[in-house]
Amino acid sequence: MAAPAGRDSEEEEALVSYGTALRPLIEGEHIKKPVPLQEQTVRDEKGRYKRFHGAFTGGFSAGYFNTVGSKEGWAPSTFLSSRQKRADKTAFGPEDFMDEEDLSEFGIAPKEITTTDDFASKTKDRIKEKARQIAGVAEPIPGASVLDDLIAPARITIGVELLRKMGWKEGQGVGPRVKRKPNKQQPDPTVKIYGCALPPGASGSEGEEDDYQPENVTFAPRDVMPVQLTLKENVHGLGYKGLDPTLALFGVSGEHINLLDDDFEKSNNLLGDVRNRKGRKLGISGQAFGVGALEDDDDDIYATEKLSKYDTVLKDEEPGDGLYGWTAPNQYKNKKRLEAEVKYIGKILDGFSLASKSAAPSKTYPPPDLPRGYRPVHYFRPVITASSENSPLLKALVESTGKLESDTAQQSRHTLNASQRRDLLGETALKGPAPSVLEYLSEKDRERIREAKQASEQQLKTKPLPQQSIHSRFQSACQESAHQKWQMALGEPLATAGSSDFKPFAKNPEKQKRYENYVESLKKGQKVDTLVSCLDPSMTEWEQGREQEEFFRAAMFYKSSNSTLSSRFTRAKYEDDTEKVEVPRDQENDIDDKESAVKMKMFGKLTRDKFEWHPEKLLCKRFNVPDPYSDSSIVGLPKVKRDKYSIFNFLTLPETATTTVTQTTNEKMQQTTNPNKPKKPSRWDVSDKEKKKKDSISEFISLARSKVDVQQQQEPATEKDKSRTNEALPNKVVNESVDQKEEEESRPSMDLFKAVFASSSDEKSSSSEEESDEEEHQTAAAGPASESTKCADPPDNSSAVQDHAVVTPEPDLPMPSALKEKLDEREFGPRLPPVFSSDTVQQHEPVQLTSFSEVNQKEKRKKNKEKHKTKREHKHKKEKKKKHKKHRHKGKHKNKKSEKNSSSDTAESSDSLSDAEMNVDLSPHELLRRLKDLPITKR
Amino acid sequence: MAFPEPKPEKPELPKKLVQNLECKQGAVRAVRFNVDGNYCLTCGSDKSLKLWNPHKGTVLKTYSGHGYEVLDAAGSFDNSQLCSCGADKTVILWDVATGQVVRKFRGHAGKVNCVQFNEEATVILSGSIDSTVRCWDCRSRRPDPIQVLDEAKDGVSSLRISDHEILTGSVDGRVRCYDLRAGELYSDYIGSPVTSVCFSKDGQCTLAASLDSTLRLLDKGSGELLGEYTGHQNQACKLDCCLNDQDTHVGSCSEDGRVCFWDLVEGSLALSLPVARGTVQSLSFHPAASCLLTATGGCIQLWREEAFALDDQVFG
Repeated sequence: MAAPAGRDSEEEEALVSYGTALRPLIEGEHIKKPVPLQEQTVRDEKGRYKRFHGAFTGGFSAGYFNTVGSKEGWAPSTFLSSRQKRADKTAFGPEDFMDEEDLSEFGIAPKEITTTDDFASKTKDRIKEKARQIAGVAEPIPGASVLDDLIAPARITIGVELLRKMGWKEGQGVGPRVKRKPNKQQPDPTVKIYGCALPPGASGSEGEEDDYQPENVTFAPRDVMPVQLTLKENVHGLGYKGLDPTLALFGVSGEHINLLDDDFEKSNNLLGDVRNRKGRKLGISGQAFGVGALEDDDDDIYATEKLSKYDTVLKDEEPGDGLYGWTAPNQYKNKKRLEAEVKYIGKILDGFSLASKSAAPSKTYPPPDLPRGYRPVHYFRPVITASSENSPLLKALVESTGKLESDTAQQSRHTLNASQRRDLLGETALKGPAPSVLEYLSEKDRERIREAKQASEQQLKTKPLPQQSIHSRFQSACQESAHQKWQMALGEPLATAGSSDFKPFAKNPEKQKRYENYVESLKKGQKVDTLVSCLDPSMTEWEQGREQEEFFRAAMFYKSSNSTLSSRFTRAKYEDDTEKVEVPRDQENDIDDKESAVKMKMFGKLTRDKFEWHPEKLLCKRFNVPDPYSDSSIVGLPKVKRDKYSIFNFLTLPETATTTVTQTTNEKMQQTTNPNKPKKPSRWDVSDKEKKKKDSISEFISLARSKVDVQQQQEPATEKDKSRTNEALPNKVVNESVDQKEEEESRPSMDLFKAVFASSSDEKSSSSEEESDEEEHQTAAAGPASESTKCADPPDNSSAVQDHAVVTPEPDLPMPSALKEKLDEREFGPRLPPVFSSDTVQQHEPVQLTSFSEVNQKEKRKKNKEKHKTKREHKHKKEKKKKHKKHRHKGKHKNKKSEKNSSSDTAESSDSLSDAEMNVDLSPHELLRRLKDLPITKR
Repeated sequence: MAFPEPKPEKPELPKKLVQNLECKQGAVRAVRFNVDGNYCLTCGSDKSLKLWNPHKGTVLKTYSGHGYEVLDAAGSFDNSQLCSCGADKTVILWDVATGQVVRKFRGHAGKVNCVQFNEEATVILSGSIDSTVRCWDCRSRRPDPIQVLDEAKDGVSSLRISDHEILTGSVDGRVRCYDLRAGELYSDYIGSPVTSVCFSKDGQCTLAASLDSTLRLLDKGSGELLGEYTGHQNQACKLDCCLNDQDTHVGSCSEDGRVCFWDLVEGSLALSLPVARGTVQSLSFHPAASCLLTATGGCIQLWREEAFALDDQVFG
């Protein structure tokens, strides 16, 4: 299916292909085939083959390919024969030859901790035993299972052993011996028995046995049967037992045998309470059925139900009831225990003695006393809202309780604000700016406000009622309630609302004014009529009402936000350090000097800058290099803080090479005047006083040269470590500040520059003109990605500005914004160059490299030249062209059509790119046409 | 041996085309030998990175995971890992054998031009058009770089690492050498945008190619110019330069489809190798033998010395 990899392009063109092609097969790769059935294997987690040894009949896999668990089988795992290194002896245990499965929980030799049989509880076995005994009784040959007991190895738990040593025997209960007959079931004398007496077989025999009882014989307590509490899973009534078919049908005949049997007693013991029904017919019996001909005893036909058969009293349950120790009430238990302590006559083990003191009874805690008025049922109080309808009710309520206010305050928990809740909880107020404006007022003012408030309140009180009612007729109900709401909700911090710094209606000054008035009057506690007077009289009543509501809401909002939010904030302690910015302390200095040095091929000191640079500690670690500045926390170049908007930040004019120039003249003088001065001044002196000066480059070079000489002569020894120029300069700043201005003025004119560099720079600018044009063009080709270039870093951008400022002291300084605009249009760095002509089907464009600083430089040169109008036009065209180029890039993949003539056109058109720039008179139309014919690359 | 050893003969430069491989991954942006020269990596403009045995001409593995064209790649010293960078602003650390992406480092603000491992492959350094070099930690899972070297004023086009130095070439026309041991940064001004830098084998010199169609050999310690090599054409594109395996010659790609070699000492053009009609974008010199890889268009070429016999395919 895979398409042949090397297909000709023409062929491809002729075919129409749908969908995505399969990935071409790489040589040596073979297609995956499905695994055939016979090769599908099952492996365990170790990757070993697993075989199913009777997997469905419970078999297991043994070892490695049915061997011993290793590939080598029984062969020794290691054979080391060396004098130094002997194979260490390994003692193999059986585990070494076992599989992991064997050692797991259910294996042959589980490694997990489990209780051994010695300590395991016997309960399980007991049940089993019982079952076996029952089975033995029920078996045709009774007691056959006894053989099992004899044959089976005796395994006794520690507890049983101890008990045995203390005189306990199997089948007995644990505890002190009792005097009574253990199995006696004495009817309570207080309980009256109604109806017929028990059949003689049931109670009589026991009574007889009782008589034989000697006084001094004690009996072991009855064994306690574990009580199994079964869940009630059916819907029958309590205690209901349906007919058991086994008992009903087969039990009858069995009973007959058992009745005759001596073992019957024993079996009943085992079966527990079944004994109680001794003598009773098992099986289908009842009044309705009567007595069959086959049944020999018919004495209890009419006496099946007796009250004595039911438990009537809980308290007096006998110990022999099988429930001893389980459900007996406390009282009963305690009594028994005391008795037991006295009467204990078991055998005491060696080394043990009977405790004289009883173990401290476990402490019981009485339930808490209920409060006197406690009622276990909760009643909800009727909540009555203070509305007009239920005012009589409310009144009644108030009268009854006398404290409606507090009730409402408590009930309407959700209407409380944060500060009210805080007061209720007794918390202290948050420390923060005082929430009230009043706090800021002077004592006198506060006093005045208070007075005014009181006065208004009195006014309010004295106001005659009818007057109010008249007014209230016109006002909507909400207004009145609004006032109440105000009083209620605003409370103390009322004064803050409407203070001058919160202007919710700032857009509408009139409204704002009205709002302020409104709030003000509200604060004073004025009544509705005065409030209304604050509102715009020209408005309708409805509008007034709305506005009032609006004001109310605004004030509420302001109040809550003011008091609660403001307490969360605190004033800044320090002013934002906006004026300062971090700037690298050392900056690479002026390029122009270097450029000239490069031109002179004077590489070395002139072109080199040396900085202190702090690598990150981790980086040093990763490079296995000791940290050169182990005790500094600086990373990268050391930085200094400077004024943000200082021009010196952007002037990379520096303390180094330029100062070289200017200082060398002073230098000699200074060296004579103060020879004691340290050679290397502190860098920090310079930082805040950047000097801006410029000297003729020719002078610079000559001086630099002479300086090198001077240095070499004067300080051959001391200068060793500061071989770089920028460092070697002494006394940079000593009197720079003095003659800075002077030097500014003494800067040589532009003519001198031209005189010095006329030939070279002109040549370059003229030659680079086309070049830059071309390049510009090329860079523009990658236009769509121009957004990424917005990350142009400011220092660079500004360095361009600086270039202008320094080199050309002309009035028309290019604006940075204009520059930026320029920058935004380009993409910098590697990018696709124009298509080169070739016959090959694929044309690959090499990555191209440009820089924006370079472009800037060129731009700058251009600007120095006169700007012709034609040139501007030319630029327009270029811009247009850029756009077209974008299209070209987009349409690259589509326009296969034009590939036909591309072979002839490519050479021409690729040339035309540069031609277009050269030829200024090309009409846009023509350009467009050419662009259309541009070669199309395939990829 | 009483006789002084004769002056070693100058090694023969690779002139003979041994292989021409069509990479089928768009334009090959870069071709790089691995550390021992047995394999090479090609960075394709179709977002893929391929591992080749160039001597046999077989492709061994294709690594895909970049979101845009791959611009540079490098192999670790133990050949267990690769790193690559691309126009998708990411640097990717690959596992050679599985072809899986081990780490993807994001943080550059623009295309990433160059990438290098340090000597022990514990750090990846990447230089980007965003004018920073970022040092990525391969050891920890930290997503951000250990350090950002943002001294460059323009895009970083090329990057080399020695045991304790980081050499970067930037479009701002400077070659910067960060000396970690001394804690210093030397910045040499070249003037023209630097496209490629490399150390000499002895570590004493740096070679810088710039867009003024010149290669300059600088003394690393003082920054002095030791040699200047011209004759090729490099004015617009990011082209590679190199030193040969014995530091006797200096080589560079050219935009006119040649690869030029100069005698390092004399500065004379020793060889002008016509490779293709278009630009030769990238080249890589074998670390131990006279063997050169060039990339042009969508193909790479392997060049050997004249005396090389085809059956002599075994490399150290």
